[in-house]
Amino acid sequence: MADPTASTTRVTAAGSPGATAAAGGDDGAAATDGGAASSPPEDVVTFTLDGRTVTAPKGEMLIAAAERAGTFIPRFCYHPRMASVGVCRMCLVEVSGPRGATLQPSCFVEVAEGAEVTTDSPKVKKAQDGVLEFLLVNHPLDCPVCDKGGECPLQDQTLAYGPGESRFVEEKRHFEKPIPISELVLLDRERCIQCSRCTRFAAEVAGEAQIDFAGRGELLEVATFPDHPFTSYFSGNTVQICPVGALTAAPYRFSARPWDLDQVESTCTTCAVGCRVAVQSSANRVTRLLGIDADPVNHGWLCDKGRFAYETVNGDQRLTEPLVRKDGRLVAVSWHEALAAAAAGLKAAAARAGDARRARSVGVLGGARLTNEAAYLWTRLAKGVLGTDSVDAQMADGLPGDLVAGLPRATIDEMVAADTVVVISGDLREELPVLFLRLLGAARAGKVSVIELAPQRSAITPSAAVSLRYRPGDVAAVARALVDDGAPVPDGIDPTALGRARELAGAPRVVVVLGRPTIAEHEGLVADAALTLTAALPGVRFLPALRRGNVHGAIDMGMAPGLLPGRVGLEEGRAWFAEAWGSVPSERGLDARAMLAALAGDDPGKPEALVVLGADPLSDFPDRAMAERALDAAGFLVAVASTPGPVVDRADVVLPAAAAHERAGTTTNVEGRVSRVAQKLVPPGQAWADWMIAVELAAHIGTELAPESVAAAWDEIERVAPAHRGLTHAMLDARGAEDGVVVPLGPGPARRPAPALLDPIAFPGIESVERQGAPPRAGLAEPPAPAPAPATGATPGTGAETEPEGTARPPILALPAGVDAPHVAPTDAYTHRLTVGRRLYDLGDAVSSSPSLARLVEATALRVSPHDLDDLGVGPGDRIRLRTATTSIDVEVDVDPMLPRKVVAADWNVPLGEVTAGVLVDGRHPVVEVRLESIP
Amino acid sequence: MTGEPPPTPAAAPVPAPAVRTRKAGGHLTPEVLDQARQLIALYPEPRSALIPLCHLAQGQDGWLCPDAIVEIADLVGLTPAEVRGTASFYDMLHTEPVGTYVVSVCTNIACLLRGAEELLEHAGASLGIGVGGTTTDGTITLEEAECLADCDRAPCVQVNHRYVGAQTPESFDRLVADLRAGARDGEVPRHGTLIRVRRSGGLRVGRDRIAAERAAMAEAKARRAAEAEKGDH
Repeated sequence: MADPTASTTRVTAAGSPGATAAAGGDDGAAATDGGAASSPPEDVVTFTLDGRTVTAPKGEMLIAAAERAGTFIPRFCYHPRMASVGVCRMCLVEVSGPRGATLQPSCFVEVAEGAEVTTDSPKVKKAQDGVLEFLLVNHPLDCPVCDKGGECPLQDQTLAYGPGESRFVEEKRHFEKPIPISELVLLDRERCIQCSRCTRFAAEVAGEAQIDFAGRGELLEVATFPDHPFTSYFSGNTVQICPVGALTAAPYRFSARPWDLDQVESTCTTCAVGCRVAVQSSANRVTRLLGIDADPVNHGWLCDKGRFAYETVNGDQRLTEPLVRKDGRLVAVSWHEALAAAAAGLKAAAARAGDARRARSVGVLGGARLTNEAAYLWTRLAKGVLGTDSVDAQMADGLPGDLVAGLPRATIDEMVAADTVVVISGDLREELPVLFLRLLGAARAGKVSVIELAPQRSAITPSAAVSLRYRPGDVAAVARALVDDGAPVPDGIDPTALGRARELAGAPRVVVVLGRPTIAEHEGLVADAALTLTAALPGVRFLPALRRGNVHGAIDMGMAPGLLPGRVGLEEGRAWFAEAWGSVPSERGLDARAMLAALAGDDPGKPEALVVLGADPLSDFPDRAMAERALDAAGFLVAVASTPGPVVDRADVVLPAAAAHERAGTTTNVEGRVSRVAQKLVPPGQAWADWMIAVELAAHIGTELAPESVAAAWDEIERVAPAHRGLTHAMLDARGAEDGVVVPLGPGPARRPAPALLDPIAFPGIESVERQGAPPRAGLAEPPAPAPAPATGATPGTGAETEPEGTARPPILALPAGVDAPHVAPTDAYTHRLTVGRRLYDLGDAVSSSPSLARLVEATALRVSPHDLDDLGVGPGDRIRLRTATTSIDVEVDVDPMLPRKVVAADWNVPLGEVTAGVLVDGRHPVVEVRLESIP
Repeated sequence: MTGEPPPTPAAAPVPAPAVRTRKAGGHLTPEVLDQARQLIALYPEPRSALIPLCHLAQGQDGWLCPDAIVEIADLVGLTPAEVRGTASFYDMLHTEPVGTYVVSVCTNIACLLRGAEELLEHAGASLGIGVGGTTTDGTITLEEAECLADCDRAPCVQVNHRYVGAQTPESFDRLVADLRAGARDGEVPRHGTLIRVRRSGGLRVGRDRIAAERAAMAEAKARRAAEAEKGDH
């Protein structure tokens, strides 16, 4: 059992950036500065704490100031990431005032000049005894069968501060239990101490008060409204912050005792936000994930997909042996045989393509689920060894790689500190949930004004200052109208809203969250919009909202056509990488769309072989029919995968790869923040980490890639990749770099993150388990000193002579001057345009193979504006016929009053009638035009 | 799946092209809805009208039914859970069905001394229900109440929030008989609503007047702020 008093020393030793940020109630934008900010004297308050003189910033709550000064005050309802309410009374301390010293809740009283505060007087002790005795009047002592037992703030603080004995002998309350308040969260009402952490989280942080207190007095209980379950994507956080065992997670309930769990700190790679997590396991199975309070990233919060998708890793549907197709059947073979078969097939493909087509001989698709190290080595294998540049980690559902690499990048903290945030992206709550939480917090606090450009409403719409609804295909035109008064205003854009948006876009600090507002719109149009904004708004910065796990790391490692590792263009980096690798592709290769189109159309320029790295083009590529034809037409198909699927079914060689939590390395998030992912499990069967597969496959092809460890791979990245220069492995491993380091490194050590603390009461479960081993962050007083830049070897000079070492490191990519934005032809009056957004719970691999999440996937309907529905003469729930140029389906319709006219909306990769929206998208056209007909 | 769609059974002809929305709504009558909108207009924040709206809905149905809660939540921009959470705090808002007449018997100190316990016991026995229960014909719900502020007529009884004077067991039985016969309809409305809510729902003060008052208040506030600023310098 954890002793909360012990955490006091930890708190003292480490300083508390988290507490400081929380006191200001803000998003901690200042925390990137690292060390203690020297505030001007008038903002500092001096008071006496247990006889010591202590200073604190004005406005800070007493409980936080005391904690920073090394005095831990017990608490239940107080949470550093939420506003104080002062309801549990556990944090009562004596504060001097005009009427003498009185007991006051230290979480609800600001520090005051000259105040005398006592936290350990007999009066305070008596108050603590009393509060705990009252809390335990009705709290059952079922700790031996309670999930929270062993990591429970009530248990721990009763031991440390409680009376030891109760005077109550009466029977305690009994309720029907547990009550499922959602598919994922269960409620045991008799354990609740009414601290309101969960209800405040739902209302204040998640912005969806689906749970609230009902009743009064001793009958007060947390409740959902009947038939309105707690479906928030963030419901798991309430389980984590519950200071007792009242809320428990269905997937974890009764599965372990906390002291039996072993833990590592890692980064969640379910999406590209890069939330810091504690991965806890037992007997080589992940038991649960808990959010770690990383100040620059997730503030301790996780989405339910990230929290519960570990079930995929534990699943029994895993590939455990290398497979080779023999006589039409996949047969289990040794690694050597499989690698030899893959090498032979790839070499044969290169030979078939010949030197003229070598840069397009082999297509490499996917890679967004790799670690940075694996992505680098696969890039080196493809571009340096095979000589192909047809490498793409995205499935035409993202943005051009050279655009992403060249955009001036913002951090999440910069986004929440901006004046205006322009969101050109799909629904962030569905795509990057915790990024949405950060933006929502800033928008609801009135700190940023959000301009939303999207064809359909999103979860940020109610908090947006302006929402510009446009027809798919118009995104570039709307962006131009936003920054240029003279530009033509596309149809359907409200001039008043546009005028307001123009004003807001003129603010000095503008950050653009740039993703794909709809998958049924060519990425070139969004890229065009981005370039328009960079040209017109000086100082604008971008957060590229690409969604998949480590897609940003893959792009940074060169997994896009025309790119090389370290955000370098193929031509600019040719000499440097030819020196480092021996060779680089002779010309730019194909992107995913071009590769699949060439294969599907049996184009003479098609790739002769295809390597698919943990991707599923059938569900991820916008045009499902084209992806299917392309995979069937691939001459030689190598699948590197963790789970079976349609690609594995078609593959000639299958190489089983380790999944999340089974391999170590680093990952890169939307900001370009490199943070470590840790290995907690041994991969099942003979599965290998992806980086090992790349190295061994290269060896079978006949080239030794030097790295023999993940660390050595990172060292090579640091040495050759210009954007990663200076970020040594030692620096990433150092205490204080747990929250990751943003690349490229800025001038001086100020860019480095301050260490965050683990507060055992705010985020129970992490600390008390960790205390069995070495605490991950204990005793860290200061970030490590910057490591000296390592000397680099002699390299040929091809410019960039300004480098201090005089090396020939190529420059980091600049923004492309222009993009190939396809022309969008106007549509006639009978045609609608389709917009396709994403859903968090979809038919993708992570959700389908997690039993707890799989049942949360909802069937969807086609959403139509009320006018269009009237024109058709049908109502919500009716079925209509939807025709595209290639197909026709019958679907149910629903009304969406927020849609513009002549736009119909569907969701990606979730059931739409008997099909998914993938059959509707035609990858050959920039927008998808559909016709609606009533069914005769 | 691509290609031609499978044949579907002929759908029933759609009578009208009017859009049916799945949004909350349709439970409150147009008249009540109009009153609700006027009430909301009285406040700077829609959610301030939450409790008056609950009383309005209760006046319509006799209790706060889930459909009404969903509609109120939509009107004031809260979630149904929050509306129910607030409503369930208050004794005068019923989140469970009650009888046409809610009879509240005060058992606080003054009434207790004047026979409230005996009255309550008699009431339960004569109605055949316990405290909190509703008669099988759905007419009467019996409630035990804290002080109803009518101590000079103890033991005090209210029906749908209207005082009905000091009661003895005999007069209580007459009261029940009257209620059942509808003889008190002029005095005690079915499904009691607070008169104040009805009245302010009628919005006797014009919207322009409210706007003018608000503007005057804002101006006064700005003036005070400016004066304070001047005083500082």
